[in-house]
Amino acid sequence: MANTSTNATSTVDNGVNVAALISAREALAQAPQAAQFKWRAACEWKNGTHSHSTVEGYYGLGQEQRHRRTFTFDADHPEVFASEDNGATPVEYVLVGLASCLTAGIAAVAQHRNIQLRSVTATIEGDMDIQGILGVDSDVRNGFGGIKVTYKIDADAKREDIEALVAQSQKRSAVYDIVTNPTNVTVVVN
Amino acid sequence: MSRCLSERAIDHVVLERGEVAHSWRTERWDSLRLLTPNWQSRLPGFFYRGDDPDGYRTLPEVIDFITDYAKSIAAPVRTHTNVTSVRGNEDGYLVRTDQGGWRCRILVLASGACNIARVPAFASRMPAAITQVTAQQYRNPAALADGGVLVVGASASGTQIAHEVHRSGRPVFMSVGEHIRAPRLYRGRDLEWWMDAAGVLDERYDQVEDISRARRVPSLQLAGTPDRSTLDLNALTAIGVKLVGRLAGITDDGKAQFAGSLRNMCAMSDLKMNRLLDLIDEWARTNGLGDNVAPAERLSPTRVEDAPPLGLDLKAGAIKTIIWATGFRPDYSWLEVPVLDRKGMLIHDGGVAAAPGLYLMGTPFLRRRKSTLIDGAGDDARELSAHLAAYLDGARKRLSA
Repeated sequence: MANTSTNATSTVDNGVNVAALISAREALAQAPQAAQFKWRAACEWKNGTHSHSTVEGYYGLGQEQRHRRTFTFDADHPEVFASEDNGATPVEYVLVGLASCLTAGIAAVAQHRNIQLRSVTATIEGDMDIQGILGVDSDVRNGFGGIKVTYKIDADAKREDIEALVAQSQKRSAVYDIVTNPTNVTVVVN
Repeated sequence: MSRCLSERAIDHVVLERGEVAHSWRTERWDSLRLLTPNWQSRLPGFFYRGDDPDGYRTLPEVIDFITDYAKSIAAPVRTHTNVTSVRGNEDGYLVRTDQGGWRCRILVLASGACNIARVPAFASRMPAAITQVTAQQYRNPAALADGGVLVVGASASGTQIAHEVHRSGRPVFMSVGEHIRAPRLYRGRDLEWWMDAAGVLDERYDQVEDISRARRVPSLQLAGTPDRSTLDLNALTAIGVKLVGRLAGITDDGKAQFAGSLRNMCAMSDLKMNRLLDLIDEWARTNGLGDNVAPAERLSPTRVEDAPPLGLDLKAGAIKTIIWATGFRPDYSWLEVPVLDRKGMLIHDGGVAAAPGLYLMGTPFLRRRKSTLIDGAGDDARELSAHLAAYLDGARKRLSA
């Protein structure tokens, strides 16, 4: 039998279950301990600058959780660095993380604001002076000097509303926060 | 509220820890002017009769205004009476003060939303040579050391303080987090006039989509400038104030770290301002004002340099003072009634607190967008005093039954 249920108030569908997100927000406001998550990845050196990482389990909602399957990521450096280019560079993974986080946020905010998206594409570029990582000049930082993300968005909305989507997505993005603010990092050897 | 209670012949006292208008006398900077125009401070039975309706009251004028109102309504104020604790008892509340105790059936909390300056926890890592001042403690530039000043916070207080401190010859860095830009005049009229006329300030707490969010929205970046000029980030940049991102931390070796989000903070602020101006334009059009006011316009976007600094060495000597204009929170440390949420905010429904006979006044969006304005007190007091009177009647009937 066909599912005949319809949403009377909205025909916008960006594939985001906003009702579930909002009820989760209300539930977690009552039970803040369930909001404590730990995200994890494991990384194993292969050869040279090549490493193989996996993402499988994480902790949240008070218990261990698992992705539907194990995701794997090869990281390496390109041949201009005399490497074998077995995967994207780690800094490119950072760009992927930022762009995908902002894009997910745009879809969620658009759904919440009743804006139908037709297409969303982003290009992201990070400037880097590699004199930093090569130790040529100690005044040059290792990381990006700056990052630029450029969106093309086709949606049933005015330009200001699309700009507001993109602004709100930055405001609520975990990776944007991670990239734009300092984070304490502890690295230990067991 | 006192005036509304008197109208209803409800016996009451007003407890004041100092003199009437205490926080205006003791917790504001010298040059502060009210950010709403004179005509807008309307209280029940009391309104502006002077010859400068569009001006902004100076601090002494605000103090006089509130003091005169208390006199004109013969408010039963007990001055120099500091409340030390409030507890529930069988038929109401027990209020202890440094001048003895009171028992009351009903208690109205009108102690305000701005009792304690919010300062981030990492302020404790500030190098000792830097003097830290909150917007509540700041008085005037001359009281600061010579040398650079980092003003943290870009809402109404931060921008006004940054402006006068920079003009005193002390170079200012301004750390910018979330804020909402607002033109002082729009289409030839005060922005407050538009918000009042278009009903924005009368929007009710039970009509907005997400009231807890609406109560957290920063207040408008407005200033009571004598020349009615707009004091926004572009105006500060124009006089040489240096904009940096939100202060995110201080390292162990004394470096301030600024977030890389300055561009988005400014973009969001511009978008929010323009949404308000769109609403005003639409209201002007549908109400036939289009020809009687100046044409619609938009301010140029907030200017952000290509690569704003992400750090500042606080031990290098250029910065002598940091001014925290990072907002306030209420002080309920004396309230021994279980009505606070886990963030320490009072749980209430439009000022009716989650305890019988307990009421709240003067906090953001209590019942209306204007609830924190002097102009908002009247409507809130009228409605809450009606609720209060009905509660009191019910209590009397229960007692006599």
